[in-house]
Amino acid sequence: MTLDWQHFSPFTALAGGVLIGIASGALFLLTGRIAGISGIVGGLLQGPVRNTGWRWAFVAGLLIAPWLWRGWSVLPEIQISASSAWLIVAGLLVGFGTRLGSGCTSGHGVCGLARLSPRSLIATLSFMATGFATVWLLQHGLR
Amino acid sequence: MAIVFAALSGLIFGLGLILSGMANPAKVTGFLDLTGVWDPSLALVMAGAIAVALPLFRLARRRQNAVSGDALQWPQSRQIDAPLVIGALIFGAGWGLAGICPGPALVLLGAGLPQGLLFVASMLAGMGLFGLVRRRITRT
Repeated sequence: MTLDWQHFSPFTALAGGVLIGIASGALFLLTGRIAGISGIVGGLLQGPVRNTGWRWAFVAGLLIAPWLWRGWSVLPEIQISASSAWLIVAGLLVGFGTRLGSGCTSGHGVCGLARLSPRSLIATLSFMATGFATVWLLQHGLR
Repeated sequence: MAIVFAALSGLIFGLGLILSGMANPAKVTGFLDLTGVWDPSLALVMAGAIAVALPLFRLARRRQNAVSGDALQWPQSRQIDAPLVIGALIFGAGWGLAGICPGPALVLLGAGLPQGLLFVASMLAGMGLFGLVRRRITRT
């Protein structure tokens, strides 16, 4: 293993992580809701029966974030190497998998681990495992 | 009140994703590429987030209700079962393919990127597909 010193950004990574932690912890303390993004979005798809106001508000906040950022600075580089076909496959897998597994990087990886939930730890280890395996296949295995 | 808190939380969450570099799919796959030239940033993002969220959840444990007066909706499920693991494995495969998970997907969409729109539309389709499959299973 070689470290990618050119891209490794410990300070902004930690600072950004702290913001994510504040947002997640504060959402629970203030509203009693878990900041699990796949769960928040999935709840919107289940129709107007569920309490949806806070879900729309949270999603709106996420969508507005890049606009606000652009208001005082330039967005950091965004580089997407997946083709349109792979983006569709990836999106389908992420949508289906997060609903079946009841969470994603935010719900299990941040909130669940911060609650010391064994269930979320297993989920996080599982999605990390296939994440590592898939990137290995793409970058090294199938080349 | 809860709606205002949720909007602010989403906004801060999104800014955190952008600042940390996690809204950049190349940075995520740089972390997932363990055997290549490895960028450990994502691990520090999670460490920073958990370090802050952990005491806040602890604080919540001592409360009856959220500040808004709503009930604290602690996740009830404790079971480590097949849907949890299989779902997480499927999610991880999709995450590795594009370097995008649900939060950054919405930020990319908000930034007006066509790839963000395509990914979010596919993700919603995947979630809808899960809803159909689940209804089918529970019916039989």
